Amino acid sequence: MSTLESDLALKKAQGKSILEVRNVKKYFPISGGVLRRTIGHVKAVDDVSFSLPEGETIGLVGESGCGKSTLGRLIMRINDPTSGSILMSGRDITNVKGRQLRKLRHDFQMVFQDPYSSLNPRMSVGSLVAEPLIVNKRGTRSDISNEVVRLLEIVGLSAEARMRFPHEFSGGQRQRIAIARALALRPKLIVADEAVSALDVSIQAQVLNLLADLRKEFGLSYVFISHNLAVVKHVSDRVAVMYLGRLVELAPKRLLYSSPQHPYTQALLSAAPEPKRHMNRERIVLVGDVPSPAKPPSGCAFHTRCPKVMDICRSERPILKEYTPGQFTACHLYT
Amino acid sequence: MAEPLLKVRNLKTYFISKNSEIKAVDGVDFEVQPGKVLGIVGESGSGKSMTSLSLMRLVPGPQGRIVEGEVTFEGTDLLKLTERQMSDVRGNRMGMIFQEPMTALNPVLKIGEQIGEVLIRHRNVSKAEAKRQSIGMLRSVGFPRAEQIVDEYPHQLSGGMRQRAMIAMAMACQPKLLIADEPTTALDVTIQAQVLDLMRSLKDQNGTAIILITHDLGVIAEMADDVVVMYGGQVVESANADEVFDDPLHPYTKALMESIPVIDQDRERLASIPGTVPSAANFPVGCRFAPRCTMAEESCHQKMPELRELKPGHFVRCDLV
Repeated sequence: MSTLESDLALKKAQGKSILEVRNVKKYFPISGGVLRRTIGHVKAVDDVSFSLPEGETIGLVGESGCGKSTLGRLIMRINDPTSGSILMSGRDITNVKGRQLRKLRHDFQMVFQDPYSSLNPRMSVGSLVAEPLIVNKRGTRSDISNEVVRLLEIVGLSAEARMRFPHEFSGGQRQRIAIARALALRPKLIVADEAVSALDVSIQAQVLNLLADLRKEFGLSYVFISHNLAVVKHVSDRVAVMYLGRLVELAPKRLLYSSPQHPYTQALLSAAPEPKRHMNRERIVLVGDVPSPAKPPSGCAFHTRCPKVMDICRSERPILKEYTPGQFTACHLYT
Repeated sequence: MAEPLLKVRNLKTYFISKNSEIKAVDGVDFEVQPGKVLGIVGESGSGKSMTSLSLMRLVPGPQGRIVEGEVTFEGTDLLKLTERQMSDVRGNRMGMIFQEPMTALNPVLKIGEQIGEVLIRHRNVSKAEAKRQSIGMLRSVGFPRAEQIVDEYPHQLSGGMRQRAMIAMAMACQPKLLIADEPTTALDVTIQAQVLDLMRSLKDQNGTAIILITHDLGVIAEMADDVVVMYGGQVVESANADEVFDDPLHPYTKALMESIPVIDQDRERLASIPGTVPSAANFPVGCRFAPRCTMAEESCHQKMPELRELKPGHFVRCDLV
């Protein structure tokens, strides 16, 4: 084992997480009526908790409206949680603002889905990657210039890319630029929000391989948000499944994919098309559409579409509990 | 074998301007059998979407033009029809659904009016009768509240619902061929499952053939009877679906299969394809995949390989196989 690996293993054994999310909620008020009062809330994230050991990747998977992107932005402190707390390396960052927040941001960075809108089209690639270093006064001009070249090479781009502009690059290359920029301040955690979804399949593979290499080399931790189950399985150690703002299942990837417990996870897995013929799988096709997060169903949010719904599901919200070692599910089927 | 429903021969669609010639579709051949699903798979820049627009003669002009080829549908060469004759075919004998249901549906018309429009144009029914049939169509695509949906606007429906409404529009005149261009890419996976199920059952009930265009090999594996793989504006491999998945022969097809993460398998590292897709304005001489191909030899860069039948019914554009 390298020193980096043994260092991370020790931290994990000591229960030291890089990120801890505790009972986080994010409710967006809905205003209406003549007086524009608050008439309700969109419960985008509704009491989510998990922890991420350093050097690991947690996959956040779910369909539109499940709250995974909102949760990513809460972790990045782009938005403030309505309640609950977020801890980074043991330090409570839930209410940190302003200059302190900017200093903390060195440790966690984000890569976004759309490589076409996440880079300023009027800045050269060199300026884009240098900006975090310049703003944080990380050395002289020539130090920074050398560092930019180093970062570009780490992501597989040539030094001469510095002089060019984002529009001259393809989607996959722009995503690499975004990753180079995210790495500039040597963060410990990267939140990747659908970072490969807009890319062609063959390019997606390049970027996923890059993220895996970076993780090995720098001991990075990732929160990997995606709706693509196969991609999530490939990159994650553990996977959290979200539905209507809630965590419905959390498990190490092997367990989640081989023996999913929550009916929603089972439906998701059975719906994901696999590039193999004659799978003859039993297809669980869910009836109806996802309810609105402004009016989530009572009890278990999934009960309106659940093929195994019981009476209790309509009235009581299930709690996330560990029914098998390492595997947490929020479902009355198992109580 | 029965006469194919659709026969495409040497289709070429170019975008010509003063300074450039973009060869979006550059000599494409394939066939669709009645009642079967043909999957056209390729990444961006492969020419797959422009191929489907060409079949419907919806290529954006004046720079975009079909410069050569034959598109024989039910025995008639569509490329030789007048626009008026073609408009009798579109929506009637051939239907099309697109990727982004929000931009494909007219936001200021009710759902019922949009389906009704197709019926009035091609079946000459009254408005009242069109509405009645629209409700029937909506029910057949899985809307239990069809009588209400018929009076709603697209923005009131979710993505999956809009896609189903588009299917209702496309199927209203019971076309023999449905062209579906990335119909489920923008949809959540559980909704995608519903829409694919719907397409399959409509096909079974009505004997409609489907051309399904997508970059998603999983969707192809599930839905397609036959497969055409496109790269650089050309067909690089074509065979029935079992053949393509059991024995992919073209290096690009093989590389594509190896680069996708698969749930049932554990891949340490994904085999990625180095480089990027060539620009249609500037294709290299010789095989268009050669610059990225791990097997490429000198001859590959010089001579464009022909599409050859290497096994019965299995065509490959590669000189090294």
